[in-house]
Amino acid sequence: MIREKQVPMREQPADERIRNFKEVPLGYTEDEAVLEAERCLQCANAPCIEGCPVGIDIPKFIDHVKNRRFAEALATIWEANGLPAVCGRVCPQETQCQGVCTLGRRFEPVAIGRLERFCADWAAENAVPSAEIPPETGKKVAVIGSGPAGLTAAGELRKRGHAVTVFELLHTPGGVLMYGIPEFRLPKRIVNREIDSLRAIGVEILVNRVVGRVVTVDQLLEEGYDAVFIGTGAGLPRFLGIPGENLNGVYSANEFLTRTNLMRAYLFPEYDTPIKVGKCTVTIGGGNVAMDSSRTALRLGAEESIVVYRRGEEELPARAEEVHHAKEEGVRFHLLATPVEFIGDSGRLRAVRCIRMELGEPDEDGRRRPIPIPGSEFEIEADTAVIAIGNQPHPLIPQTTADLEVNRWGNIVADPTTGRTSKPGVFAGGDIVTGAATVIEAMGAGKRAAAAIDAYLSGG
Amino acid sequence: MYKILKKRTLGPKIREYVIEAPEVARAAKAGQFVVLRLHERGERIPLTIVECDEASGGVTLVVQEVGKSTLEMGDRYEEGDSILDFVGPLGLPSEIARYGTVIGVGGGLGIAPLLPIVRALKDAGNEVIGIIGARSKELLFYEERMRAACDELHVVSDDGSYGRKGFVSDPLREILSSGRKVDRVWAIGPAVMMKACVGVTRQFDVPTIVSLNSVMIDGTGMCGGCRVEVGGEAKFACVDGPEFDGHKVDFDLLIARQRFYLEEEACALERYLASRKEGGEVR
Repeated sequence: MIREKQVPMREQPADERIRNFKEVPLGYTEDEAVLEAERCLQCANAPCIEGCPVGIDIPKFIDHVKNRRFAEALATIWEANGLPAVCGRVCPQETQCQGVCTLGRRFEPVAIGRLERFCADWAAENAVPSAEIPPETGKKVAVIGSGPAGLTAAGELRKRGHAVTVFELLHTPGGVLMYGIPEFRLPKRIVNREIDSLRAIGVEILVNRVVGRVVTVDQLLEEGYDAVFIGTGAGLPRFLGIPGENLNGVYSANEFLTRTNLMRAYLFPEYDTPIKVGKCTVTIGGGNVAMDSSRTALRLGAEESIVVYRRGEEELPARAEEVHHAKEEGVRFHLLATPVEFIGDSGRLRAVRCIRMELGEPDEDGRRRPIPIPGSEFEIEADTAVIAIGNQPHPLIPQTTADLEVNRWGNIVADPTTGRTSKPGVFAGGDIVTGAATVIEAMGAGKRAAAAIDAYLSGG
Repeated sequence: MYKILKKRTLGPKIREYVIEAPEVARAAKAGQFVVLRLHERGERIPLTIVECDEASGGVTLVVQEVGKSTLEMGDRYEEGDSILDFVGPLGLPSEIARYGTVIGVGGGLGIAPLLPIVRALKDAGNEVIGIIGARSKELLFYEERMRAACDELHVVSDDGSYGRKGFVSDPLREILSSGRKVDRVWAIGPAVMMKACVGVTRQFDVPTIVSLNSVMIDGTGMCGGCRVEVGGEAKFACVDGPEFDGHKVDFDLLIARQRFYLEEEACALERYLASRKEGGEVR
């Protein structure tokens, strides 16, 4: 008899957690994990493997969990994914592995993400030794950017015996995992643990290095790196281009989250970087970053946190769990609306003027296009606005690298299966190639590029 | 970790540091800046580079102790100590070319970032006129270095305690009114001073470059906190600048944005001063 529902994961209650930055879901116990693993049908075609951007052998690792072979379960995941503690927490499983789970056709799908997270956390507590490194190949690879794409590429290359140096521009490695995703969703100790495990296998990580300024890609190649992987992400915040956007109190989500996560502004004045939220925060956008921002605002002391999104509930691009958590915590949603102006009072934001939208015909990406309804403007009194409508590729490396082809949006042109760019020896992957996407897709690109770089270095 | 090779006092609450950062020293050009962070709890502080010495790997910065972090740096970081993070060079370098006659105007702390620019302009074959000023005599620094780098130097102080009494915009106006042909002006200093200078040069239609010191976090284009309006368009001081066409900059917006965290800055400073009085740690 198969249980129809997933084993629930314990969580911090909403009224408690909005007063702290601690992680919301608390993880499975061993018994809970085994119980959930027993739900897996072990179907022969295993659509979940196809559904996983890095192709983890999901039925195999779940079978290990079911039989309490937790170390083996993690080893199975590790063959395909170097950052399981991260992915178990932030992957959009409902549109990937769990979205195609056979069990999910009739009941709730197997909670694959939660099981992945369990394995990684179990291993961290029980000190499972990390992967063995083959003999040194004598080849050197520079990895630019230490976000999901860069860290994955670095780990995969190191596991093939190459010397790897990662260049990170911030003072802490991890990219969006550190500055973007909040502590309550992805505790920074988890990211640090993953980074430490890369260091333990000999990956060198240099922080405070802005490639393109302190050294260029061409110089890296001249200085003896045999290949370069560019995983610099979609780092530049997009703004709306409407009046009042530069008023005090209007933040990009990048700034709002970086102040909070990377600089620990929620601990001001013990930490030196401040942040201000006031009484009401309006977040513009409907993705994970918007959910992170609106939930962060509550934790920083905002009495009200409102998400304004131009499409409807069904179109919200955020993970279902994030929307659910945001609502539980009291975030309000103004759907089918978009800001037209930020209104200020002596240089400081006072209100966000919005207009209601309706959905028209589907546009080129298949989503119904939102159309403003004339005369439907309304104002929301707000002290803070956070713009979370996406990011653009960072132009620094394309600008400073000879013969590196970019498309009209500024993304580096790279072969999707190998990450090969127009420049020999230079590979790229993640958001810098695809535009803003997910952690796991960037990891998949890093992994594929690492395989291609390995072949390139072996003269293949 | 980045070692402090040298530290000296240039005036009240004004200190010069030479920080060991050989990669930065090798790559930096006039007009670029660095971001530093003192310790694990520190904020990221953007500072314009004064000079670099490739041989020693030293990068020279001038810091005015205006808030908690800069005061803490002055109090607790001595020669031989290290600071935690130091990243650069950031921003676009100054556009150095042979323009003809150029005026470099430095107000207060702005004299520090101006120095490498006038040196580079001089090396590029320009006739360089320097104007430097400060509120009073003891706040003025680098006079000799500026004199050596310029063909002619004018010195002013707001209170008349040194040089002639007045603002840096006064000699600027006189030179331009005298009919001397000036091809370009660099004006660097507090926002109000730069605003006054572009007010003068606009009347004479002389292209004027200013260097903007807006609030920033990463300094690499990621946060957008440093955005300024130039010619009605939003620009990021960190990656599109820090130098911009002064005639197009919305200085009132810059000033308003610089003041956003005044309360928090005052709170942090007060807390720090109280802890210093007790002789204890700030944490």
